[in-house]
Amino acid sequence: MKTVSLTIDGKEIRAKEGEKVLWVALDNGIYIPNLCVIREALQSPAACRLCFVEVEGKDKPVTACTEPVIEGMVVNTQGPQALRLARTAFELLMASHPVECAHCLSRDSCELLKIAPHLKVRLKIKRLRGLPRGLPIDSSSPLFIYDPNKCVLCGRCVWVCRERLGIGDISFAHRGFQRVVATFGDEPMARARCSACDECVTVCPSGALCFKDGKGPKEELNRPVEKSKS
Amino acid sequence: MKVDELSTITAAFQGIKERAESRWQKLWHSGQPVILVGTATCGRAAGSLEVLQTLRDEVKKQSLECQVIEVGCMGYCYTEPIVIISKPGYPSIAYGHVNPVIAERLIKEFILGDNPCLEFVIGALEKNEFVPSFSEFPRAEYEQKIILKNCGYIDPEQIDHFIASGGYEALVKVLGMPPEEIIDEVKKSELRGRGGAGFPTGEKWEICRHSRGRPKYVICNGDEGDPGAFMDRTILESDPHSVLEGMVIAAYAVGARYGYIYVRAEYPLAVYRVQVALRQARELKLLGKNILGSNFSFDIELFQGSGAFVCGEETSLITSIEGNPGIPHHRPPYPAVSGLYGKPTLINNVKTLTYIRHIIENGAKWFAAIGTEGSKGTAVFALAGKVVNTGLTEVPMGTTLRQVIFDVGSGIPGGKCFKAVQIGGPSGGCLPESALYLPIDFDSLSKAGAMMGSGGIVVLDEDDCMVEMAHYFLEFTQWESCGQCTFCRLGTKQMLEALGEITKGKGKIEDIDMLAELAEDIKAGSLCGLGKTAPNSVLSTLRYFRDEYEAHVKEGRCPALMCQELIAYYILPKKCERSCDACVGTCTVEAISPNKDRIKVIDKEKCVKCNTCLVACPLQYNAIVKFSPPDQVPASR
Repeated sequence: MKTVSLTIDGKEIRAKEGEKVLWVALDNGIYIPNLCVIREALQSPAACRLCFVEVEGKDKPVTACTEPVIEGMVVNTQGPQALRLARTAFELLMASHPVECAHCLSRDSCELLKIAPHLKVRLKIKRLRGLPRGLPIDSSSPLFIYDPNKCVLCGRCVWVCRERLGIGDISFAHRGFQRVVATFGDEPMARARCSACDECVTVCPSGALCFKDGKGPKEELNRPVEKSKS
Repeated sequence: MKVDELSTITAAFQGIKERAESRWQKLWHSGQPVILVGTATCGRAAGSLEVLQTLRDEVKKQSLECQVIEVGCMGYCYTEPIVIISKPGYPSIAYGHVNPVIAERLIKEFILGDNPCLEFVIGALEKNEFVPSFSEFPRAEYEQKIILKNCGYIDPEQIDHFIASGGYEALVKVLGMPPEEIIDEVKKSELRGRGGAGFPTGEKWEICRHSRGRPKYVICNGDEGDPGAFMDRTILESDPHSVLEGMVIAAYAVGARYGYIYVRAEYPLAVYRVQVALRQARELKLLGKNILGSNFSFDIELFQGSGAFVCGEETSLITSIEGNPGIPHHRPPYPAVSGLYGKPTLINNVKTLTYIRHIIENGAKWFAAIGTEGSKGTAVFALAGKVVNTGLTEVPMGTTLRQVIFDVGSGIPGGKCFKAVQIGGPSGGCLPESALYLPIDFDSLSKAGAMMGSGGIVVLDEDDCMVEMAHYFLEFTQWESCGQCTFCRLGTKQMLEALGEITKGKGKIEDIDMLAELAEDIKAGSLCGLGKTAPNSVLSTLRYFRDEYEAHVKEGRCPALMCQELIAYYILPKKCERSCDACVGTCTVEAISPNKDRIKVIDKEKCVKCNTCLVACPLQYNAIVKFSPPDQVPASR
């Protein structure tokens, strides 16, 4: 496999040609916020718009999850343009995410709480309007609660259920602002085909799916890959 | 290609052409009158099917030997239903606003008698002594019809009409050329994609030709969704074969085996006529296996979209054909490299493909001589909104907006003042009066803050509020957003909420800056073209009409007197006529009553601002006025 050398935030890195910038950065200890992308998946949906980076020679920021590395590439994860876009995207997400962290069962594993300080964004967004979605909470399952109001529509649960487990019990429904993760016919989780395997709960980054006891395992989907020592 | 194969193709086509031409000659030179009725959607909406039925019934009743033929739209949609009568001894005359009564008269007086009913005439098709012809109209000076040439003059459901007017000759010519040469020709013509973004067509073809992967696909994007745009629909309804011919040529050039025409299901007539065209082309071996006896095979399937605006974006259109929800994905890879089912896919707009046969027939040089430096050829516009001559027009690139709106479109109705023009649909922008002298092409429009888009022009007059306009278009894009990416789903919603508050007079001055900032971020950060262009209507109105935004926010005043929450209705006592009760009777909520002097007074508490009274008040009194802000209304006696 051909490797290329590039620099990310001044750090010289060798990586597989064509690998996406996001994975190369994460594997080398450089954090770039991300929610929707899954390493095991073939393609990134590029939907959360948080992983903007600046690449020398490109006049606009690009999403790190879709940008393949090439020889001699110079990536800046802290460029002002990229940070501005990532911050706005995060602010937009937070403006329609109920900020009730004190009572949230997922606060220990919440990825939004990890991204906010990284982007230096306050959790309560002042410049935007709060856009609550006012959707009913589904606590029908004996194991977990599904609160669609907290959902950031990253699609990890949908991917795990459909692609990894081959069940496909949940999917995206509706369009635009009404877009939501739902079961077929919007049945409560307990009544749907859901077998309560709770894999979707373990990957949820925003507390929309959380265990009723607030504990339970959490899986870090995009954990850095250890380099084999050779 | 071998010489004998080429001669087989030519011979096969010669037979088809001779047959078509003899039928065409028989139709026009049989010594009998021919009646053409425009039955595209615009005509049908105005009642052309009743006219058609009346004409047919009348012809039967009088046992006349004249043919009544359905044709598409000529572009004069404002005067539909249109009937053209070609009677020996007379020029072909077009009649406008025909209804069944007029249709009956035309048969009785013109076909049977000798009175050409000049009171209903719009114009003659060819120059003559006694009726003004279309070529003498002021708009003819600016128009140049290339792809609309056949529209309204041939029967879209008869392939013979198309072939007799020179159709499929470009295909025959192409089959004897190496594909590289065709691509070269298209490149030299400098044709740019007419779907909106204006990507060089020849370049796209070349990328697709050189992409590895089999089979390759050609898709015609007919998912026209802009409010107020109807160019693609009209072409598909009036001249479907010219699109098919363009597709076959494109397929031959890039080496594709299968093709799709993506038409939205809301265009039932276009769907039907394309299906008919496909069947006829297959019967004559102009489509399918071994086209005209050559080694080249290509077949087209019609795909009906379910009417999502975002499916006009190429990647979501492809996902939609694959059977998934129409949701865009990241580019690159571009469809020309990896598209439908992961194979190289050439995707072009209806208009782009329609140009192809003309470029092949007349040469790249001819095409490149029309238009401006960076944008060659003509532009097709759908004129809608506050303009006298609504309809379709085709003008060379570089024509000014003024010429299109005032010379072709005959200006604003009702003696109102021009205010702005929304060009390029919801993705485009609003341009003010100062842009009227702007020569229209891809680059000048995007510089001015609008875009060519697919070619919809909505004209706005002094009664239109620009904030409300921005709100309307943003509401459309927000509603049509697929909801996948953060910026489009939540960003446009934030903007919409802010705009909504401004139109209600509840906006804050910071909102204007927030709108501008957020709009820039949404433009730069969105995943697909829909999100990237969604804020354009807000950005362009902010750029040219910021004072209107500020009037709403600072003074609670709507300068155009349009935003309902910011206006109040008032009856001028001096103008109100005591003996008239028109407004009282029409008020839906009984908010108007006469006072002791029998002068009518509006109860502000009850009034729902439905505008009915203003319409009802007889013109000679014209007593009802609107005030903004509402507290400007004088206290009633």
